[in-house]
Amino acid sequence: MIRVDHLTKRYGDVVVVDDVSFEVAAGEAVAFWGPNGAGKSTIVRCILGLVPFEGTIEIGGNDIRRRGKAARDALGYVPQQLAFYDDLTIAETVDLSTRLRRVALERGRDKVGELGLADHWDKPVGALSGGMKQRLAIALALVADPSVLLLDEPTSSLDVAARESVLEVFEKLRDDRRAIVLTSHNLDEVGVLAERVIAMEAGSMVLECEPSELPERLGLRAVLHVLVRDVPSAVELLNGAGFTARENSHGLLVDVPAGGKGRALTTLHDAGFEVLDVDVWR
Amino acid sequence: MSAVTSTPAAALPERTELRVVRALAAKELRDALRDRWLWLYGASFAVVATGITSLAVSDAENVGFEGFGRTAASLVALAQLVVPLMGLTIGARSVAGQRERGTLAFLLSHPVNATEVYLGIYLGNMAALLVAVAGGFGVAGLVAFLRDAAVDGVDLLTITALAWLLSVAMVGAGMFVSVFARRSSTAMGLALVLWLGFVLLGNLGLMGTSVATRVGDATLFFAAVANPVEAFRLSTITVLGGSLDVLGPVGTYAVDRFGDGVRIVTVAALLVWAVLPPAIGALVFRRSPDR
Repeated sequence: MIRVDHLTKRYGDVVVVDDVSFEVAAGEAVAFWGPNGAGKSTIVRCILGLVPFEGTIEIGGNDIRRRGKAARDALGYVPQQLAFYDDLTIAETVDLSTRLRRVALERGRDKVGELGLADHWDKPVGALSGGMKQRLAIALALVADPSVLLLDEPTSSLDVAARESVLEVFEKLRDDRRAIVLTSHNLDEVGVLAERVIAMEAGSMVLECEPSELPERLGLRAVLHVLVRDVPSAVELLNGAGFTARENSHGLLVDVPAGGKGRALTTLHDAGFEVLDVDVWR
Repeated sequence: MSAVTSTPAAALPERTELRVVRALAAKELRDALRDRWLWLYGASFAVVATGITSLAVSDAENVGFEGFGRTAASLVALAQLVVPLMGLTIGARSVAGQRERGTLAFLLSHPVNATEVYLGIYLGNMAALLVAVAGGFGVAGLVAFLRDAAVDGVDLLTITALAWLLSVAMVGAGMFVSVFARRSSTAMGLALVLWLGFVLLGNLGLMGTSVATRVGDATLFFAAVANPVEAFRLSTITVLGGSLDVLGPVGTYAVDRFGDGVRIVTVAALLVWAVLPPAIGALVFRRSPDR
């Protein structure tokens, strides 16, 4: 469905994507995970054909450089930074997108309705909340039933409630027989939406595995701030159980594997400590 | 959700499609008509143009329909200043502004090519400027008509058409600048420099050059029509049947060399300006490394 072969992108002498190759088949969801600046969004811009690059990118058998229109016809794109014409209404925005995609306006209206925006049809896009704009972006990405869905940090600008509702929408899309390419720096999101994850660092692919394996294989750590009544005893217990814990001004801090946060809490619970509150600090 | 039914690749032509250009131009026009700058330019233009034609009313009492010669000259002088500014700044903000806001990437993520997007923006701006220029002159003409002023409708229409052609040339030049600028403010700055160059330095520079270098009349004439603002001025003079005596020996040369065809030369120069910058701009935009 999508094939990327030896993709390299340079800005002057700086290599931002270095010899990346991967394939995503129909029905498969693949996530690019990595910190900011790892090259994830640049890969997306290359897939869309917005920037020149070295290597080959094919979408549905169409080379993005030689048959860009046909390649993009198979693509639905949800950008990281939602950029719409704020003065246009949802109706006008959908009208433009459906005309460019050769799809009936009614189909666009249906998609907007499916994503809960029917009542806002005549509202200017600039008047919508971040979550609503994200839903509009998803509706536009789906309007032509694309065989490849490209999601660039799709929930990064949303609050918790909007993020949950948007993730639900994406989860439903996974039932379809379409390929999904997602970029994210959020492990939870990757776990929910993808069955394969490619970890990126400084423009290079450093690891390819299942999302559940990622924290351990990369040695990712988290620090939990735990509130209990008898902090010194809890710290002693955790250190004795192999964790690295220390007292904090109003609780304790414990270093845990990013994929195994619950083990420290289970240790405390099994020893009879009541965990009053927990925060993930890193 | 419905099943995936992507369009077969072979069904979508890679060539530039009018259907797509039309859709983009309509969007651009809609967007431009909501732009306060366009209305500000249009309204200012209408107010001053109305003032000029109103003066023709009092003129007419003294000099009859000859009064419109002066009115037309004043309208042309006004258009020479305002229309290039309007076209250049609207053109300059278009591509760079959309790139800055991210809406350009939104458009280009659709199954469209860069040429279609560029032409769509250009044609949309062309239409928006037609509304502004025709609106400005239209209001002035209407006021003149209602007050029974000494204004020739055909002359007014001719000036309007040529002013629109000038605005089209300027929006093309503005968009050309916009392709290279990363930021909208940079593009605006460059557009203002161009405006100064066309409106002030073009004329003064030409006069200075003619005195300092003693270049031939032919060179000076072609240098003059190479400036779109001058081409507009000369077009209106020649098309409205005026004399090129105002240009001195250069005007005499033009009339001797081209006869009545001088109006074709000047209008053609304006047409070249309306076509060449957008054509080159579209080519550069298509090959632009990062859109």
